[in-house]
Amino acid sequence: MSAILNDSILNDETKKVLTAPLVNDNPITLQVLGICSALAVTSQMSTSLIMALALTLVTAFSSAAISAIRNHIPSSIRIIVQMTIIASLVIVVDQLLKAFAYDVSKQLSVFVGLIITNCIVMGRAEGYAMKNPPLESFMDGIGNGLGYSLILVIVAFFRETLGSGKLLGIEVFKLTKDGGWYDPNGLMLLPPSAFFIIGLIIWGVRQWKPAQAEKSEYKIMSIAHGEGGHH
Amino acid sequence: MEAYISLFVKAVFIENLALSFFLGMCTFIAVSKKISTAMGLGIAVMVVQAITVPANNVVYHALLKEDALSWLGITGVDLSFLALLSCIGMIAALVQILEMILDKFFPALYFALGVFLPLITVNCAILGGSLFMIERDYNFGESVTYGVGSGLGWALAITVMAGVREKLKYSDIPAGLQGLGITFITAGLMSLGFMAFSGIQL
Repeated sequence: MSAILNDSILNDETKKVLTAPLVNDNPITLQVLGICSALAVTSQMSTSLIMALALTLVTAFSSAAISAIRNHIPSSIRIIVQMTIIASLVIVVDQLLKAFAYDVSKQLSVFVGLIITNCIVMGRAEGYAMKNPPLESFMDGIGNGLGYSLILVIVAFFRETLGSGKLLGIEVFKLTKDGGWYDPNGLMLLPPSAFFIIGLIIWGVRQWKPAQAEKSEYKIMSIAHGEGGHH
Repeated sequence: MEAYISLFVKAVFIENLALSFFLGMCTFIAVSKKISTAMGLGIAVMVVQAITVPANNVVYHALLKEDALSWLGITGVDLSFLALLSCIGMIAALVQILEMILDKFFPALYFALGVFLPLITVNCAILGGSLFMIERDYNFGESVTYGVGSGLGWALAITVMAGVREKLKYSDIPAGLQGLGITFITAGLMSLGFMAFSGIQL
């Protein structure tokens, strides 16, 4: 297995940067980056998929571009340089969406533009691309984009199926108003549900991988009954 | 006048940037552990928002909008695709200038707000405010109202959140839910509370 992989472009480093962000180092659940847009576009699967694709491409290409000129950027103005590159890429994505998927671009409204300030893009540019060669940075961008996409798709799956009984616009549960059995949960289409679902995902992931859990600042001591066993 | 008041109330409560559009969430989660720091960041966001939204409004209407350059005698030019780049450039520049002005003339304020200013350039709430202003086609007066209102709404949300989290740290929370998880659930409950405002007819 490894012999085959060594021959291909997927060497160990590339594989690591590509797969680590999925669960072990997920940008949303562990690094708390990029949640701004993760929540707003997830009431439908189709908008989430487009958003995930847009973000993955922007992260990958901006990381590659920034990494390619990393030795020529003076450190005092690096934020401006990174932002200009990212903003230009986002403008390209925005124009492409307006040209080929106008309805989706209307639904995403300002959130495509907000990829510029999405902390994942800036975070990867600053944290990885400034120190590593272009190909690895590109893969790192793809990996982090996929980690973000994974959470987005999970949240959108629950919100669309439970909220409107559909998935990608295709009926999954037959609604009561059409003579079926499922009574849609309107809360799922409103903002609070996205917070709850992400909170529960984080709980699930940290229960599965206890190393990610945070320590509590204060421990509650049981004084009243002791722990028993001393009688 | 009434239209401005209703826009203001809408920007603060009904369309709260943090809790109904999820903007500025990264800083909202990261800097809401203590009330005093949360309030400092909230005020800084409000000030920057009140300056950048009207400034972007002027630039957009004078330079970028379709046929906006007609005062220069150039017609038929539509530069609105540059809005994203000009907005973020404007925000970065204004934050930098604000930092220098505060440092020079109001050192006490600079020490209180200084650490937050660099964070604000990449805060989605600021860029989001400007983009909403363009999308909804506000005029100058409306953009001032919207800038102050949305900034105040964000400041309010992060201060309340910090208040809840200060109390919450003494509670007994399951290990996996500790920290980030319970913060999200709390934000969801607060967002439910703010949804109650959406029934208000203005």
